[in-house]
Amino acid sequence: MMQRRNFLVAGFAAFVAGCNEIGNSDWFGKVVEGAQGWHRGLHRTLGGGRIAMAPEYSRSDLSPYFRGNGSLSVDTEAYREAEAQGFANWQLSVGGLVDNPGALSLQDIRALPQRIQITRHDCVEGWSAIGEWTGPQLSTILEAAGVQPEANFIVFRCADKLNGGDYYESCDMDDAFHPQTIIAHRLNGEALPVKNGAPLRLRIERQLGYKHAKYLTGIEAVASLDDIEGGNGGYWEDRGYQWYAGI
Amino acid sequence: MEKPGKRHALSTRIWHWINAISVIILFMSGLNISNAHRRLYWGDSGFAPEQAWLEVPRFPGWATIPDYYSLATARDWHVVFALVFGFSLLAFMILAFANGHMKRDIFARAREWKPANIWRDVREHLKFNFDHGEGKYNILQKIAYAGTILVLIPLMIFTGMAMSPGMEAAWPWLTDVFGGRQSARSIHFLAAWGLFAFFVVHVLLVLASGPIEQIRDMITGGKE
Repeated sequence: MMQRRNFLVAGFAAFVAGCNEIGNSDWFGKVVEGAQGWHRGLHRTLGGGRIAMAPEYSRSDLSPYFRGNGSLSVDTEAYREAEAQGFANWQLSVGGLVDNPGALSLQDIRALPQRIQITRHDCVEGWSAIGEWTGPQLSTILEAAGVQPEANFIVFRCADKLNGGDYYESCDMDDAFHPQTIIAHRLNGEALPVKNGAPLRLRIERQLGYKHAKYLTGIEAVASLDDIEGGNGGYWEDRGYQWYAGI
Repeated sequence: MEKPGKRHALSTRIWHWINAISVIILFMSGLNISNAHRRLYWGDSGFAPEQAWLEVPRFPGWATIPDYYSLATARDWHVVFALVFGFSLLAFMILAFANGHMKRDIFARAREWKPANIWRDVREHLKFNFDHGEGKYNILQKIAYAGTILVLIPLMIFTGMAMSPGMEAAWPWLTDVFGGRQSARSIHFLAAWGLFAFFVVHVLLVLASGPIEQIRDMITGGKE
């Protein structure tokens, strides 16, 4: 019996060690990438070809307050100055593979047609919070900019750094033009608080929280993500997290 | 159809081992994921201690995959083996209904549900006599296998799907069925421990009833 137990313990230890080894291998990374594609394909297919919408809630469902996570502010002189000025001079650049590159002020953004949506924010850690977001649809901004046909992704540039690295995110055109993908400047009817990404953050409702880039400074249409930062399409993606965060 | 004379059909054996590996990897990577946020809630949302119905302990490294805290890598394992787990069960179910395994071996007849029969079965188990009852499996085995294959595992799969925001946009009704995303997460956690309980009892009973023969038969098919 003792021997049998030792055998089981040794087998278990070897199994765990093997899993550690495989988990860090390149080929397993490829398998994970393939699996992500399967999940994404299943989500789109089971949606039955319609534009699948994330659930929207009523005001009575709002969380008592909206938790901040990741960067809770931007530790630069420029940001503190901008905050003191109520972000009056904040600019969101629009560039990359577009016909009309340029920049939008907060006033420009508030002047666009607005979408108000009460949605649930799901952090990759497991918790969820419900908030009401206001802002123009990203599609409105992209249509005005004229995205060129070679563009495959939209990259979101941010003012914040996390552990010394520039925060950034990206999504495909399907999510970029999704009706619930908005550039939010209000939360629960008030100007976006600093801890939640003031003055502008992305809402991309069919994906997990880390996709919802905060402190937005620019959006960029690109053909490939390979040459941007770590090449995986986002701050957390460069640190091992899945690019398709709809899982 | 399998040639007559095998105790376990080929499809059953292949699924059994694929499923065993999937369950172990999903359970252990799931414990790592649980360490990322150890509170459980009911309803759609929740993040604060006062909203939680349970704060679960931190699971030690030896119980998790990988054996150090890494939400990213644990999710990699979970994302891959969720597909293996789901599609292998689907294939097994189709084959097990088609080859009669479900009806013949897993579903209990009405007379097997008589309290006297169940009670007799409990007594036989306590005497470590596992070879009794009509058909291949006795009533307690049938309840355990049917409960695992038809209830627990599908519950794991569907609560897992309901937690995926991309999936929820496609099938919002699925999340509603479980009472919201955080309820689905709580049920996922509870069902995982239900599956763990099955796993422990299953392994112990195999060890108590001739492990060499049992494992050999689940590999070669054995004799009827």
